[in-house]
Amino acid sequence: MKYRSVFEIIGPVMIGPSSSHTAGAARIGRVARDLFGRQPEWARIHLYGSFAETYKGHGTDVAIIGGLLDYDTFDERIKTAFEDAAALGMTFEFIPEEEEADHPNTAKIVIGDKQGEMELVGISIGGGTMEVTELNGFPLRLSGHFPALLVVHDDRAGVIANVSNAIASQGMNIAHMEVGRKEKGKMALMVIEVDQMFDETLLNELKALPNVTQVSTLAN
Amino acid sequence: MEVLFGTVKELVALAEEQKKPISEIMIEQEMLITKRSREDIVAQMENNLTVMESAVEQGLQGVKSTSGLTGGDAVLLQNYIKSGKSLSGDLLLDAVSKAVATNEVNAAMGMICATPTAGAAGIVPGTLFAVKDKLNPTREQMVNYLFTSGAFGFVVANNASISGAAGGCQAETGSAASMAAAAIVEMAGGTPQQSAEAFSIVMKNMLGLVCDPVAGLVEVPCVKRNAMGAAKALVGADMALAGVVSRIPTDEVIEAMHRIGQSMPSALRETAKGGLAATPTGKALEAEIFGKDKPARDTVNS
Repeated sequence: MKYRSVFEIIGPVMIGPSSSHTAGAARIGRVARDLFGRQPEWARIHLYGSFAETYKGHGTDVAIIGGLLDYDTFDERIKTAFEDAAALGMTFEFIPEEEEADHPNTAKIVIGDKQGEMELVGISIGGGTMEVTELNGFPLRLSGHFPALLVVHDDRAGVIANVSNAIASQGMNIAHMEVGRKEKGKMALMVIEVDQMFDETLLNELKALPNVTQVSTLAN
Repeated sequence: MEVLFGTVKELVALAEEQKKPISEIMIEQEMLITKRSREDIVAQMENNLTVMESAVEQGLQGVKSTSGLTGGDAVLLQNYIKSGKSLSGDLLLDAVSKAVATNEVNAAMGMICATPTAGAAGIVPGTLFAVKDKLNPTREQMVNYLFTSGAFGFVVANNASISGAAGGCQAETGSAASMAAAAIVEMAGGTPQQSAEAFSIVMKNMLGLVCDPVAGLVEVPCVKRNAMGAAKALVGADMALAGVVSRIPTDEVIEAMHRIGQSMPSALRETAKGGLAATPTGKALEAEIFGKDKPARDTVNS
């Protein structure tokens, strides 16, 4: 089921004018910011389909920038997100694309700073609900419904077992898990949705595991 | 994921078997899925109700969108009701004006609660705050109105769509008006099955409605579609309460809406390329608001 809560139907409380093009867009931006783990210094945002055609009228642009500044859907500061970004020294660029994406409301967000960069593709599926469909070139399905761990690792035997053991040792249950790799033996990504919130101890433990290169989190 | 209901048939059957209102089934399902407490869930919905109330109040004071395309119609309607000349009836027109008020606030980038979307946010609260004056519900019953609307919306969202970009306006104001009709029936003392009938009657009259916003803004014709959506919700609820039933079962009506949405060309699904957006005046308004040459590449602050 795409929708699980009544508050995805009666809600969210948000700044207008569009749940898919404003609230959903803000959430895609905020998830990108969350996964990046810090305020990016620059952002390049590619818009597809209806996002590309109508983003100005719907405030999709200010909403995504607002999300990158960690604003929630009902944060009045979304209206001044451009000015706020400029004040923080974050540069940004919007690129409406001609090509068709699988979903009519698709945004590809590339963000970065001196330490690194990240690329995320998000879709806004209606009523303010969104999904992450791609992260750094890895296809995935992440709804943001559950707290999630994203573990970048080398494609070696035993890594998945080590990670799931570390989670189990915290008494945590895995709700959903996906593993993908680009090429055999190269970089791989684990997406793990869990039932409870995790703490720093677990994150440090995961980061210390052999062949684990990066651990990002997404809070519910 | 374990759910209590995935279709309207299952929802109505549960409510009838357990002799509970649909709103109660929705609360129980929310507790089951999210593992949150009843108090927590009800409190969040009450907060949504408060946001809706404030938006209606703000809209009735008169607001204007930044584009200047919409605003002020809620005030015109309220003044007209006060003149005593209303032909369609004060309650119906009150619902229309409060739906318009909410959407005018939305268009002005004010704070609203999406029901199920922002573009269709006027219909559920508009009808609620109008029938409130006649039915005198408790605060709890008003919160339940939102849970009942949500239960039907939940089925539509999972089996069809509530997005204009995916399914046209029938998926947005169509869903909202049908959800509201079902909730009105419950508040007025109708049965769960009558709620389902009201939903079907209204949705059948929203099928095929395209999403063609002028200049891509959630203003023209969105605000007026919320107005008419509120009117249809009230009439549909009255029809169901009178005993009128839908020949096509609710879940099949929802399926039909889904299929129609899938066969709608993209020009009529929130791309601002067809319908009213493509009329000479629609295009002229777009040019006026955004300037004639829409830049292919947009560079801001970089």
